[in-house]
Amino acid sequence: MGIRFVLFVNKQGQTRLAQYYEHLSIDERRALEGEIVRKCLARTDQQCSFVEHRNYKVVYRRYASLFFLVGVDNDENELAILEFIHLFVETMDRHFGNVVIFINPNNFVSCDCKDTQAHDHADATVVFHLFHQCELDIMFHLEKVHFMLEEMVMNGCIVETSKQNILAPIQLMEKTS
Amino acid sequence: MDLAINPFSSGTRLRDMIRAIRACKTAAEERAVVRRECAAIRAAISEGDHDYRHRNMAKLMFIHMLGYPTHFGQMECLKLIAAAGFPEKRIGYLGLMLLLDERQEVLMLVTNSLKQDLNHSNQFIVGLALCALGNICSAEMARDLSPEVERLLQSREPNTKKKAALCSIRIVRKVPDLAENFMGSAVSLLKEKHHGVLISAVQLCTELCKASKEALEYLRKNCLDGLVRILRDVSNSSYAPEYDIAGITDPFLHIRVLKLMRVLGQGDADCSEFVNDILAQVATKTESNKNAGNAILYECVETIMGIEATSGLRVLAINILGRFLSNRDNNIRYVALNMLMKAMAVDTQAVQRHRATILECVKDADVSIRKRALELVYLLVNDANAKPLTKELVDYLEVSDQDFKDDLTAKICSIVEKFSQDKLWYLDQMFKVLSLAGNYVKDDVWHALIVLISNASELQGYSVRSLYKALIACGEQESLVRVSVWCIGEYGEMLVNNVGMLDIEEPITVTESDAVDAVEVSLKRYSADVTTRAMCLVALLKLSSRFPPTSERIKEIVAQNKGNTVLEIQQRSIEFSSIIQRHQSIKSSLLERMPVIDEASYLVKRAASTQATISSDKLAAATTPGGSLKLPNGVAKQPAAPLADLLDLSSDDTPVTTSAPAAAPNDFLQDLLGIGLTDTSPAGGAPSASTDILMDLLSIGSPVQNGPPTLSNFGAPGQAGTKLAPATSQVVDLLDGLSSSSPLSDENTAYPSITAFQSATLKITFNFKKQPGKLQETTIHASFTNLTSNTFTDFIFQAAVPKFIQLRLDPASSNILPANGNDSVTQSLSVTNNQHGQKPLAMRMRISYKVNGEDRLEQGQINNFPAGL
Repeated sequence: MGIRFVLFVNKQGQTRLAQYYEHLSIDERRALEGEIVRKCLARTDQQCSFVEHRNYKVVYRRYASLFFLVGVDNDENELAILEFIHLFVETMDRHFGNVVIFINPNNFVSCDCKDTQAHDHADATVVFHLFHQCELDIMFHLEKVHFMLEEMVMNGCIVETSKQNILAPIQLMEKTS
Repeated sequence: MDLAINPFSSGTRLRDMIRAIRACKTAAEERAVVRRECAAIRAAISEGDHDYRHRNMAKLMFIHMLGYPTHFGQMECLKLIAAAGFPEKRIGYLGLMLLLDERQEVLMLVTNSLKQDLNHSNQFIVGLALCALGNICSAEMARDLSPEVERLLQSREPNTKKKAALCSIRIVRKVPDLAENFMGSAVSLLKEKHHGVLISAVQLCTELCKASKEALEYLRKNCLDGLVRILRDVSNSSYAPEYDIAGITDPFLHIRVLKLMRVLGQGDADCSEFVNDILAQVATKTESNKNAGNAILYECVETIMGIEATSGLRVLAINILGRFLSNRDNNIRYVALNMLMKAMAVDTQAVQRHRATILECVKDADVSIRKRALELVYLLVNDANAKPLTKELVDYLEVSDQDFKDDLTAKICSIVEKFSQDKLWYLDQMFKVLSLAGNYVKDDVWHALIVLISNASELQGYSVRSLYKALIACGEQESLVRVSVWCIGEYGEMLVNNVGMLDIEEPITVTESDAVDAVEVSLKRYSADVTTRAMCLVALLKLSSRFPPTSERIKEIVAQNKGNTVLEIQQRSIEFSSIIQRHQSIKSSLLERMPVIDEASYLVKRAASTQATISSDKLAAATTPGGSLKLPNGVAKQPAAPLADLLDLSSDDTPVTTSAPAAAPNDFLQDLLGIGLTDTSPAGGAPSASTDILMDLLSIGSPVQNGPPTLSNFGAPGQAGTKLAPATSQVVDLLDGLSSSSPLSDENTAYPSITAFQSATLKITFNFKKQPGKLQETTIHASFTNLTSNTFTDFIFQAAVPKFIQLRLDPASSNILPANGNDSVTQSLSVTNNQHGQKPLAMRMRISYKVNGEDRLEQGQINNFPAGL
């Protein structure tokens, strides 16, 4: 199956997006989100981006105040999932515009930072503001984010990795409405 | 608030709702907002409001995400899906996927809409339907809609094809029989150019391989060419901006292809041979300075490990892992450790080469890495390197942080037990672990240690001295304290006299009072739990016999606990005081050293007891006739000191109480040893829970079948109802009685009479008779005595028994009971215990009579039936 769930959580531990690819009851979901968020939020930037939880792994990445968590099977390629998260964030960035992706270099040393303009925004308050905006974008356009995710992942498998292809149906819909 | 008052309002905008929720400061406020919104949405749904359906659905999704029930929106999803417009369908399908799951019957209703949409002329609507089907379809739907999906796999639109391929994955997973229908199209999809189609097709092939053997064989023959070509194309292709990630074209596709190659190559030499070259190319050419490149290398290494690769390729793979392992990035190191675990199965030697690095990772600051590394080290241990590795781990135990000590301790203990070649090394390591992390050592581990010490007579002196030193140095470690105190109690003279010195030891001077000091400190340590304190008391009692000069002091220490609020401790203290004070004659034999604990039977028991501790109680109860006199193993070997063991093991009996609360313990020995009081006290449950650990350790071996001391002449202290009478006097009575107790020779021996009931006014005694050969049946002669100066009239005795006992009451000799015990009324009772040998007799009674025409009623319960009835 690969991906079990995708979660966005803010620094306060509030869920901002949740998509499960296996069925869980509401109580189970709440418990799971609570446990995972507690585990991940407690980790420092120096620690690795993988947390083992119950019988699967959580691969997470932090973008300023937002945590992007993906639960995967144990035999899934963790590094690829990190790339997937980044791809998702970049896709959202392309769609919502003005949200600049900032990779915390401590969190993710080997990642390529050049294409992310991180250095152009050294001012922490600017970055924070932008990310606050990002969180709002996700909240107010929840269904669009879901559409994007739907184009990228289906039934726990990655379908599409081209930003252009992912966004095409959404842009088409926006044009018509 | 308007909304709550006016449920027909069309509601707020989505944006406003989100704002309202965000503005909530407490969970209660949030709940209130959500409740209001849900009410509005419900109203809108029942109204059949069309204008805001779309918006309501979006709101519901948000509410669902926050973790509130949204089942009432499910039908609305179906309606939206059935609508004609794309936006409605879109949100409807999204809601369907979020709010519903395959187990809900509502889902069946959507099959028709799905079928229509799958045949729609608009590719986006087809895409929506495929996506929904792929995410939530059930087995029935898979069967129904499989032909449509198969047809769509041949579509000209790449978007439709890729979704149809992924949808097929779900179908195949739900109904593996359908796998063969998809084999052909899956292979032909591999010829496409569109990456989305390719990645979906590769995943479909992987799924087909899992679903059926035939498919696996078919794909081995037909798709390898295609896979190699895809991999070559993507790794050699020039810059492709749409799929480029950090200079690498579509790492996701790389990874999926490599994964499929692993599935195909597993256990198949030909396939492995075929992909050898391309794997070597990927492994050497991929850049490893970017995460995306590392992800590919990682997958490539896993594939090389998984298939029948050539040795050269494997060396290449192991080298990549070595590079990963020395990387600064924690993520890379984590996956390297993960991978090395898998590599263990293929090439242990190669992994052993990285042992030093792996050991470093055990000490990493990151708990995920530490855990992985520890697992790996555990796999790496063999007879040759057990000692140095254990040393490293034990050294690290000292500085590791608290959360990790639990795992680390368990692993070290497991290694030490598994690989110990000599006992001395085992003991040394265990002592170190106990000193460093005694609070984390599991009960069965230190129990095993005690069993081993008990068996190693030549090392007992060394053990007790080492433990004494450790106890002085780190008295805070619970299980260290327990083991040390036990050893000091048992082998105290070896500690003082330096008996059995080993060459490696430095002689230490410990006086008798030093030993007592050590135990006293442990007893008084504020954080010591009940079990530890109880063990300390037993050790002190034993020391009082080993070191007679300290006896007075021990008496004082023990006596200090007479007022302890924990019943278990209080009772031990009272009983032990009385033993020290009044029973010098039997003390030395009472307090002899424990007999050697049978190691083999302990191991068997340990293995069995991991499942349930209760079962061991049952076992013990079943092997002891009467289920009451539960003597521990030692007695068979050392009949001279049966009580010593009993006293040592008093906690041993407690589980009986917990396991069979219906049949309350009913013999005096149990009362003596701390059970009876536990029973009558509301606090009784607490000590029984914590003290059963000794039970596991000590109730091994065969319990004595004959020759337990009976306590026939005890007089009348033990009434269930009045057991709160001062315990001291009871105990003294009991112990006085001991000297005259006679062993029980066989089943036919007369059972002692008991006082079944005594109040200020009435006394009832029971005499027992058994017919030879009829173990279950007992005849009881009850005699009633009036202790007052008034005559009782209308005297009626009634009795009730548990279900497994049958009772017949014969008429009483009279219904008038003369005053002052001048004559007594007798009555016969016939009792049949259907569970003879498993459960003891138990009885409740009610006595009614009239004094001077006034009704009186007395009730009681008889728990003190002799054993074996």
